Amino acid sequence: MSVLTWLIALPFATALVSFFLRRHPSVVWVGTACLAVQTILAVSLLQSVLVDGPTAAALGSWRPPFGITIAADALSALMVLVTAIMGLATHIYSVRDISQESKHKGFHFFYHCLIGGITGAFLTADLFNLYVWFEVMLIASFALLVLHGKKDSLKAALSYVTLNLFSTIVFLTGVGLLYGLTGTLNFADLYEKTRAVEDAETLHLVVILLSVAFAIKAALFPLYFWLPTSYHTPYPAVSAIFAAMLTKVGVYSLFRLFGFIVPADPMYQDVLLFWAWTTMGFGVIGAAAQSDVRKILSFHIISQIGYMILGLALYTPLAITGAIFYLVHHIIVKGNLFLIGGVIEQRLGSGQLKKIGGLYQAAPLLSVLFLIPAFSLAGFPPLSGFWAKYLLIQASVEIEAWTSVLVALAVGLLTIYSMTKIWAGAFWKAHPDQVVFDTRAPEASIVPIAALSVLTVLIGLFPNVLLDMAMQASDTLLNPASYMQAILEAQ
Amino acid sequence: MEMLLSILIGLLFAAALYQMLSGHFLRVLIGLILISNAANLAVFISGGLHSNQPALIPETTQVLTGEVANALPQALVLTAIVIGFGLFAFALFLGIRAYRDLGTLNADKQDSLTKESAQ
Repeated sequence: MSVLTWLIALPFATALVSFFLRRHPSVVWVGTACLAVQTILAVSLLQSVLVDGPTAAALGSWRPPFGITIAADALSALMVLVTAIMGLATHIYSVRDISQESKHKGFHFFYHCLIGGITGAFLTADLFNLYVWFEVMLIASFALLVLHGKKDSLKAALSYVTLNLFSTIVFLTGVGLLYGLTGTLNFADLYEKTRAVEDAETLHLVVILLSVAFAIKAALFPLYFWLPTSYHTPYPAVSAIFAAMLTKVGVYSLFRLFGFIVPADPMYQDVLLFWAWTTMGFGVIGAAAQSDVRKILSFHIISQIGYMILGLALYTPLAITGAIFYLVHHIIVKGNLFLIGGVIEQRLGSGQLKKIGGLYQAAPLLSVLFLIPAFSLAGFPPLSGFWAKYLLIQASVEIEAWTSVLVALAVGLLTIYSMTKIWAGAFWKAHPDQVVFDTRAPEASIVPIAALSVLTVLIGLFPNVLLDMAMQASDTLLNPASYMQAILEAQ
Repeated sequence: MEMLLSILIGLLFAAALYQMLSGHFLRVLIGLILISNAANLAVFISGGLHSNQPALIPETTQVLTGEVANALPQALVLTAIVIGFGLFAFALFLGIRAYRDLGTLNADKQDSLTKESAQ
């Protein structure tokens, strides 16, 4: 079995073992060990993809383009690695975060299924298979969302479940129509067949269906309403992994769809550009109106997704590189901020900025650890977010897309405003009731937060490492000959 | 036959969307059943319809000959039905649980309930 197959098989094997060990304390260690192995496997995959080019494997005995193929180019390998890193960090955090009762109900089983589903979605080279991974991810996320059974999470789940089910059904319809149009679902085969399609209207219809389905997943304007109503309700560890990964699967799918599967079309670029601007704007304005830590952060996911779509809409090599850089940076930073939000709620008993305060005096280390991802998200040099925004703005300037430059800068400013609001509300001002609270967060919470913050600083100080990977990823996306060859010759 | 099925799919989609726009979760669930059936049918007819022409290879030869039904969309639909069944079972149970805990499945009434409890 190739490393690709292992990367998908390992999380599900771990899930199965976790299910049987769910009442045993060792389940935590098994999970941590398996996710560490997953990270190492992902590093070796990325290494081999960067050196030898894309790699692929055929599942079962069906040769491509008939059977299911899994493949990895630099983009997929990078995403799989970030998934493994975030999976590991959140898993360590979850040790103290998730109640014993929820662990007995099978938290770890669903968690590893979720990681497996996300990894599968990044690695597959078959559109129907992507649909299946979406569903695996969905069912695991449903279970995780309602795991602690509180009333507000049940209410949130009603809209989350409905809209996400709707999006996958739209996706399935699109897949059906595309199959009727081209007779294939293999990515490499689709690349050639969609460019030979004569019936442009039906192809547009397919693109509309697929992009709406992915846009619901990615929480683009005006399809994002399910996200801020649900992401603040589950356990902090769960909302951290949701915030870091789930919307990014939608973004990744949009990259594959518009960057690869369908031929570039100025009309698509215009729609994407409109989507990017409105998503950035409405997300950040929504965040400004909120006063709960995790709700502010949820709205920020939306506005940041807009930046990535902006890169895809500009569709120059530099813009796509910037968007991929942004994708990786945002997963690490946003996941980290949700974990910190979790610590705040755990220490102070609430995430409402009015009811809390005094963390700067009580927990200086946590304050520093919050400032790093918060400043990074707002785009302060020399942190990772600065380079991500710099690349995208540079790309917009290059093709003289001044509106995009303006929107990107304005949204950046408003992001600083919201981050300052959390800083002022939770850290700087004194606690309204002068409550004395236990200041020491458990190591299991602080270690992953510190590790992710260090990673953010490292990306900021040595942006070239990630930049080179992002450049190679965008290069393969725009000139996919090697990726297609790998898929079609998969064994 | 394709034409008839296409019209049926259109009707199913229309009915499903109408149901899903309702604020009541039970009607949303009915809409979900209808819309997933519509999507499954759309995938099913995407391979073209052939009656009484199974994709079977005669014992004497190695390859398919002549016009046969496309087996791939059928396999896809079977997968989609199974997945849809599982997800729907979850959604149904979520509805039951929400009804028990929140006392209503009507989204508008839920909002007023939460506001009352917050005050």
